[in-house]
Amino acid sequence: MVIDPATLAATAVVDSDPRQAPEWRRALQASLPVGIGLVPLGIALGVLVVQQGLNPWWAMVFTSLIYAGSLEFIAVGMVAAMTPLPYIALTALLVNFRHVFYALSFPLDRVKGRLARFYSMFALTDEAYAMTVTGDRKSMSGRVIVYSQLYLHAYWIGGAMLGATAAQWIPENIVGLDFALTALFVVLSIEAIRAQRGFAVPSMAVMCALIARLVDPEHMLPIAMGAFVSLLVIRYLVTRRKVRTDA
Amino acid sequence: MPDAGYILAAIAIMAIVTFALRAVPFAIVMPLRSSALVGYLGVYLPAGIMLILVAYSLKNVSVTAPSHGIPELIAVAATAAVHLWRKNAVLSIVLGTGLYVVLMNWVFA
Repeated sequence: MVIDPATLAATAVVDSDPRQAPEWRRALQASLPVGIGLVPLGIALGVLVVQQGLNPWWAMVFTSLIYAGSLEFIAVGMVAAMTPLPYIALTALLVNFRHVFYALSFPLDRVKGRLARFYSMFALTDEAYAMTVTGDRKSMSGRVIVYSQLYLHAYWIGGAMLGATAAQWIPENIVGLDFALTALFVVLSIEAIRAQRGFAVPSMAVMCALIARLVDPEHMLPIAMGAFVSLLVIRYLVTRRKVRTDA
Repeated sequence: MPDAGYILAAIAIMAIVTFALRAVPFAIVMPLRSSALVGYLGVYLPAGIMLILVAYSLKNVSVTAPSHGIPELIAVAATAAVHLWRKNAVLSIVLGTGLYVVLMNWVFA
């Protein structure tokens, strides 16, 4: 087979499609809707750090090194109260246990290079996960994924520093800014429900969450997620058997 | 007042636990990627996980509290409605949070 240079050139053009924005800009577009929720959350965390009597600089250290939103809100209070380290480790394990399930569908195989992979796993937050698995973002390249994670991390750190700095001017009695976390998850839920079919599985998840909340509020997250994943596996096995018997 | 050494140790522990939880499953799951079950979970897991996180972020809401969880219900409904209407994540989050702050500080205070 003779390779026509014209065809090669045409292929190259398709790969670096000029209509396609550069990777850093696509990453910015992908991360912004999800990341905008992180800024007010980061601000809320920064305010909390200062209100708990810690030096404002700790807001930056916390957000840079841990980078797991819901854990950090709990962590700031525990650190300020000088909670024993083993209990802190256990709390981190329980609160972040859900991330175990993210490996099932996060497209890490698209990320190339050791450092990029290391960072991509380090920065695999709820938001980063949602960004890569919901809607039309399924086609994101590895580089766009890692750049997006860097942007999300930057919104988070920036928000926390802004909050720690501005804490002195925010009236202490203003409450409710942390609803940004809930609002963010509501939006992500709607996007994720659209990306699959039917309402049976989402309803199942809500039931698991409500039952876990009633049974044991302290360990609600691991119970709800464990139950949901187990039920989903059972549902898969039942559906598959039904398909086989029908056929 | 906690000293810097303690705070750093606490942060290091949480960072390591978090990273391990995110990284180790990949080593186990990567070879299973092509399995039908993992594909199925990949489709149906995300929505359920996000809904559980919504519930988790509201776990301290109590129906027996003075406000009966009404501000949370209104704010979640408003966030969802704005999102279904405009499909703009930024707008939904900002309006939802703004409404909740107003409800909590001035309406149900």
